[in-house]
Amino acid sequence: MKRHLLEAGDLDRDDATLVLDTAAQIEAALAGREVKKLPTLRGRTVVNLFYEDSTRTRISFELAAKRLSADVINFSAKGSSVSKGESLKDTALTLEAMGADGIVVRHGASGAPHRLATWVKGSVVNAGDGTHEHPTQALLDAYTIRQRLGRLDGVRVAVVGDVLHSRVARSNVWLLSTLGAEVTLVAPPTLLPVGVGSWPVTVSYDLDAVLPTADVVMMLRVQGERMNASFFPSAREYSRRYGLDARRMAALPDEAIVMHPGPMNRGMEIAAEVADSPRSTIVDQVGNGVSVRMAVLYLLLGGAPE
Amino acid sequence: MTLIKGARPYGEDAVDIRVQDGRIAEIGPDLSVDGAQLVDAAGLVALPGLVDLHTHLREPGREDAETVETGSRAAALGGFTAVHAMANTDPVADTAGVVEQVWRLGQEAGLVDVVPVGAVTVGLRGERLAELGAMADSAARVRVFSDDGHCVADPALMRRALEYVKAFDGVVAQHAEEPRLTVGAQMNEGDRSARLGLAGWPAAAEEAVIARDVLLAGHVGARLHVCHVSTAGSVEILRWAKSRGVQVTAEVTPHHLLLTDECAEGYDPVFKVNPPLRTAEDVEALRAGLADGTIDAVGTDHAPHAAEDKESEWAAARPGMLGLEQALSVVVQTMVEPGRLDWRGVADRMSVRPAAIGRLDGHGRPLAVGEPANLLLLDPAHRATVDPAALASRSRNSPYAGRELPGRVVATFLRGVATVLDGKAVR
Repeated sequence: MKRHLLEAGDLDRDDATLVLDTAAQIEAALAGREVKKLPTLRGRTVVNLFYEDSTRTRISFELAAKRLSADVINFSAKGSSVSKGESLKDTALTLEAMGADGIVVRHGASGAPHRLATWVKGSVVNAGDGTHEHPTQALLDAYTIRQRLGRLDGVRVAVVGDVLHSRVARSNVWLLSTLGAEVTLVAPPTLLPVGVGSWPVTVSYDLDAVLPTADVVMMLRVQGERMNASFFPSAREYSRRYGLDARRMAALPDEAIVMHPGPMNRGMEIAAEVADSPRSTIVDQVGNGVSVRMAVLYLLLGGAPE
Repeated sequence: MTLIKGARPYGEDAVDIRVQDGRIAEIGPDLSVDGAQLVDAAGLVALPGLVDLHTHLREPGREDAETVETGSRAAALGGFTAVHAMANTDPVADTAGVVEQVWRLGQEAGLVDVVPVGAVTVGLRGERLAELGAMADSAARVRVFSDDGHCVADPALMRRALEYVKAFDGVVAQHAEEPRLTVGAQMNEGDRSARLGLAGWPAAAEEAVIARDVLLAGHVGARLHVCHVSTAGSVEILRWAKSRGVQVTAEVTPHHLLLTDECAEGYDPVFKVNPPLRTAEDVEALRAGLADGTIDAVGTDHAPHAAEDKESEWAAARPGMLGLEQALSVVVQTMVEPGRLDWRGVADRMSVRPAAIGRLDGHGRPLAVGEPANLLLLDPAHRATVDPAALASRSRNSPYAGRELPGRVVATFLRGVATVLDGKAVR
């Protein structure tokens, strides 16, 4: 493993598999224990540096670090570092001086974790940067797929929705293709980045055409403000063309699963009966997130084999 | 009186050049020293002093990033004898008072002729015309008007500006960027922006405005200058417009001649610039356009920024790069060494044409007897690695840090007075 986890592309197939296997080992080690805690990172300090609100990701990382017995500091720097005085660099140097071994950073600016990594000696974990990447989300998604389907090689994954603004989609594209899955992006052309043609994916504008051959359907959250910017004409039209409802779910192969990184817009990109169906892995994803993040912190800060 | 011994004007045969009373008094082989101060220029190429149409000096308002004096020194070290100082200062150079202040500071520094650019619109807000005539009539004699940093996006206002400046032979220098197509834009839109998750600045946002403006300039018979052209499509539009007889000129920056959007990998904001670095295909088209004259000039877009404005997240950083001190070296590397431009071509694109566009008397003149002695001496064989700490600019945001570039300006003369000697600023 490298010193930082900045993007899914940092992981080759061996590294990514190591993370997933380590997560599985950690999960097995904690299964059935009353005290769900390992001593591995005792004496280490992990800072959760969150420039954007994200309760579920912050709690997931916090729980992961605490279960490894690390000291955890939550540093919430709401709003922009630019408008609020202290710069990201000054904050980084402060945390460094306080002895942070690992910094988990969530930031509204793409590349902010990369900059941070140039200023600190400790490890930096990207917990979501702008519209760039969210690598631990992709790792937990891959972990969940492997858990449910038993494999990743050759698995056909449809990623559906606002790919343009989605760091989850970007991380999944790189990680899943590294791990041998076949990714199809499904979205209206306005929600696909110019330049997507160079990605290792297939692109489709037609969800109904893709569903019968998909092993995994990963729905992305659509944000309300996209509507006002004319990325699509209306919520209703979007939902009709790209929403996953019970009728569409029925077109999936029998073993196929439905994923969503959350939080969901029920009734918009995903119907309630789909989100709550046995095919949905949404709750599993949340639980697996802790195991995967424990694995990442352990490998970066603890006993990672050289 | 100065005698420059053994220089090669435009790279041609070595001669001696006698400078007296601010002018070139004599050119020929083996001129007698005759009490003159001797400058050994053996092997050095002599060129007319460079003229920059596009410099940001930051004074007034951001003297921590650059002052007229420090920027003038950087310019002299780059071989420039005149620079146009852009209007996006604080306060904006949109009145006779501000342009005269900048002009006077340039006179006091005395290292290059600092020629203020006047804002096209009040406060660069794109709403109503600034007092263009008052700036033209001021001591600064403004002839170039630009809202650079912002596009004059309103087509009716752009038309009026183009028409109005005809009264005093002015030119509107447009920062071509359709603002509705570049909301939040951070880098060239394409493969890399898609992967890096940085909002894209599409080539079409530049090309659409250039296309519109050349039609307007043609319609009203006015002079248009296009700042920092960055795309292959823009070069095509300019070629078409010139073939139709439109009075349009254009400039390209050194960084757009050399660097590509690959530099955005790693998110180091030193490479963040507006317009953004483009693709290798665009770079090739820009070099071809400069070689065939479709692009008239090299404009540095020298944009110094204080460290705190660059040492940040990419999105938070101010766009802009230093350019004055390495401009000629970059042109040598990208145009001269590959054989795309000879030394007369360099003189044309970096001195003659920019001086003509800016209607500057005394600059962009040939190296000939009787002409003002604005000239530089270049060692084209010298190669050095750029060290930002060694630059004269008050800022350090050089995209060439650590890069080896050819060519060293050994001396610069402004009206016969050395501003640079032995590669060092005289003051």
